[in-house]
Amino acid sequence: MPTNSAKPESYRSGPDETGHFGMFGGRFVAETLMPLILEVEEAYNQAQIDPSFQSDFDFFAEHYIGRPSPLYFAESLTQELGGARIYFKRDELNHTGAHKINNTLGQILLARRMGKKRIIAETGAGQHGVATATVCALFDLPCVVYMGSTDIERQAPNVFRMKLLGAEVIPVESGTATLKDAMNEALRDWVANVEDTFYIIGTVAGPHPYPAMVRDFQSVIGREVKEQILKAENRFPDVLVACIGGGSNAMGLFHPFLDDNLRIIGVEAAGLGVDSGKHAASLTGGMPGVLHGNRTYLLQDSDGQIIDAHSISAGLDYPGIGPEHSWLNDVGRVEYVSVTDSEALDAFQLCCRTEGIIPALEPAHALAHVAKIAPTLDKDILIVMNMCGRGDKDVFTVARALGVEL
Amino acid sequence: MSGIGVETRLTRKFAQIASDSRGGLITFLTAGDPTPSISRDLLSRLPAAGADIIELGMPFSDPMADGPAIQAASQRALKSGATLKGTLRMVRDFRQEDSQTPIILMGYFNPIYQYGSQKFVNDAYSSGVDGLIIVDLPPEEDEELCHPALTAGLHWIRLVTPTTDHKRLISVLQNTSGFVYYVSITGITGTRSADPETVKKAITQLREMTDLPLAVGFGIKSSEQVYTINEFADAAVVGSALVDTIRANLDDSGQPTAELCDNVIEFVQDLASGTVRT
Repeated sequence: MPTNSAKPESYRSGPDETGHFGMFGGRFVAETLMPLILEVEEAYNQAQIDPSFQSDFDFFAEHYIGRPSPLYFAESLTQELGGARIYFKRDELNHTGAHKINNTLGQILLARRMGKKRIIAETGAGQHGVATATVCALFDLPCVVYMGSTDIERQAPNVFRMKLLGAEVIPVESGTATLKDAMNEALRDWVANVEDTFYIIGTVAGPHPYPAMVRDFQSVIGREVKEQILKAENRFPDVLVACIGGGSNAMGLFHPFLDDNLRIIGVEAAGLGVDSGKHAASLTGGMPGVLHGNRTYLLQDSDGQIIDAHSISAGLDYPGIGPEHSWLNDVGRVEYVSVTDSEALDAFQLCCRTEGIIPALEPAHALAHVAKIAPTLDKDILIVMNMCGRGDKDVFTVARALGVEL
Repeated sequence: MSGIGVETRLTRKFAQIASDSRGGLITFLTAGDPTPSISRDLLSRLPAAGADIIELGMPFSDPMADGPAIQAASQRALKSGATLKGTLRMVRDFRQEDSQTPIILMGYFNPIYQYGSQKFVNDAYSSGVDGLIIVDLPPEEDEELCHPALTAGLHWIRLVTPTTDHKRLISVLQNTSGFVYYVSITGITGTRSADPETVKKAITQLREMTDLPLAVGFGIKSSEQVYTINEFADAAVVGSALVDTIRANLDDSGQPTAELCDNVIEFVQDLASGTVRT
C-alpha cells in the first residue's frame, strides 16, 4: 500500500484544505451528509476566530470541568520503577471522570452556535456517552446515544448514568453490536435528521473536520502540560506516553508538542496479543482503509471487511484509529507500541498500590508501557503520561479478570 | 478523460425504455444473498421477470447508508462467503447468457480500495459491469475511483439527495454518467417513503440541470409506487423490499426455502407491471 509521507516542515500544520493528513483523513461520506459536513466545517472555522467562542469554552472548562487538571509527580511509582521521573496528567479528575468532556463541551458550544436542536452520539465504554449526556443536560438539549448491545451489557453503570442525565440510550443490534456499529447507527440517524441534529463524535476520527476539531478541543491537555512542567521542572519532558483507541486523549497531549524535541509514544491495545487476532491495535496489526468517513489504519480482512477489535478496555475496543495518528506513524514522528490485556491489568494494580489512584483500564495500557521503559531510563529523564480516565467504571471488569466474585 | 462510448448497454436500455413509452425498473440484489448459487439463479431470472437494469450490491460489513433490510442482506452474503472477486465472477457468468441487461455495482469504497482501485475498474469492465454507485465517495474524493472508473469505460452514477443544493448539484453532476440516482428521502434505505409531489418537484428541477436519465430510489416498495414514480422519472429503483422478500423466504434457521426464487421473481414481475404508463 503506497503512503505519501514526506517529512513536513511542521508536524502541526495538518490537515490540508481537503481534510487530509498525508494520504489519511478525507471526507468519505454519503452525499446526503456532505452539505452538513461542509456546514460544520464552516461554522468551526468561524468559531475559531471568534474570541467569544474560546472564552465560553475556557469558562466552562474552568468552572464546570475543573480545568486545569493537575500535573502530578508520581513519586512512589517513580521509586518503585527505579528510573525516569514519572508525571501523570490528571485528566481523570475532570467532571465525569475522563478527558472526554473537553471535547463534548467544545462540540456542544458549536452545535448551539449552529442553532442545532438535537444531539446524537455513539459510545463504546460509555464515557463519551456520559460526557455528551452531561453537556446536553447542562445546555438543555435532547440527547440520543447509540451503544452496541454487547457494550450495554458490560457497561451497565454508565448506561444508567446516561439515563439519569436525561439521555435516551438506543441499543444497537446490527453488525457485531459494538462501538463501530454504534457509530454506523449514529451516522444513519444523522442522515435521516440532517436539518436539526448535531453529531458529537467522541474521538479524533470521522470525516473532516472532526479529527482536527476534536484534537483542537483536547489539545487543552497538552497546552496545560507545557505550562505545568515548566513550573515544576523548568524544562519540557523527554517522553510523552498516552493510550490510543481512536486516539483523542493522545492527540490532545501530543499535538502541542509535535514540533518539540522529545519522544512521543502512543500505546495501542494488544488484547490477547497482536498475533492472536484478538486485539485492537490498528497501527500494529491493521492496514490503511476507509471507514466512518476517513482513510486510516483499520483492522480488516483481505477483502476489506472490518474485523472486530478486542480489548479488556471497552474504550480502546475500536477497529480504527484517528487519521492524524496514522500519518504520524507513517512519517515516523510518533512511536506506536502495544500492550496486552494482562500487562494492562498488572499496571492497573501497580497504580492502585503505589499511588492510591484507581486508573481506568485505558490509561492502564499507557502505564504498562511506562512501567516497561522507566526502569531502563536515567533518573533525570522526565516522562509525562496522560491519566485520561478513572477506573471506577472498570472495577467489575477487573474483578472478573482477576477471578474475584463481587 | 472518459473512456465511455457514446452508446453503451446503459444508454441503449434507457433509449429503449423511452421508445416503449414506459418507465424503467431497476432492481437491487446483494451479491451472494442468501447463498452464492441462489443469488446467481435470481440474477439470471431478473431480466425476464421485468428488471430493466440490475443493481448488484457488493457486501460490506459496515453499510452506513443502508437500513436494516440491506444490512441483513450484506451479513447473510458475507456469512455464506461472499467476496468482491466472487461478485465480479457472478457478473461474468451472467454475461455468458445475457449481453444486454446493464449491471451496476453498488456499495462502499473499502473493499474496492483493498482490491486496488485501478485493478478493480479494469476487472469490473472486463467482467461486463456497466457502472458503479459508491455511496461513500462524494465529488470531493473523485480522484479515488471516479476518475479511474470513467477512464476504464464504466459509468459513474451519483446520488443526488434532497440536501444537495443548487451549488453542489453542479459539482455532483459534473462527472456523473449513465443516469442520475435521485434519493427521494433524507435517510437510509428501506425506511420511509417520500411524498410523490415533493419528488416530482425535485425531478422537474433536476431536468433543467441535466439531460441524463433520472432514476428515483429509497422507500419504493410496490408496483403502485413504481407506477407513480415513473409518471415523472425515467426509472424506479426497488431494493429493500426485494431483499426483504428474500428474508421472508428463509426458514427459522435462516436456510432458504424451496419457494424462495419463485416468490422473489413473482414479486419482481408484479413490480414490473408498474412500469406501464397509461
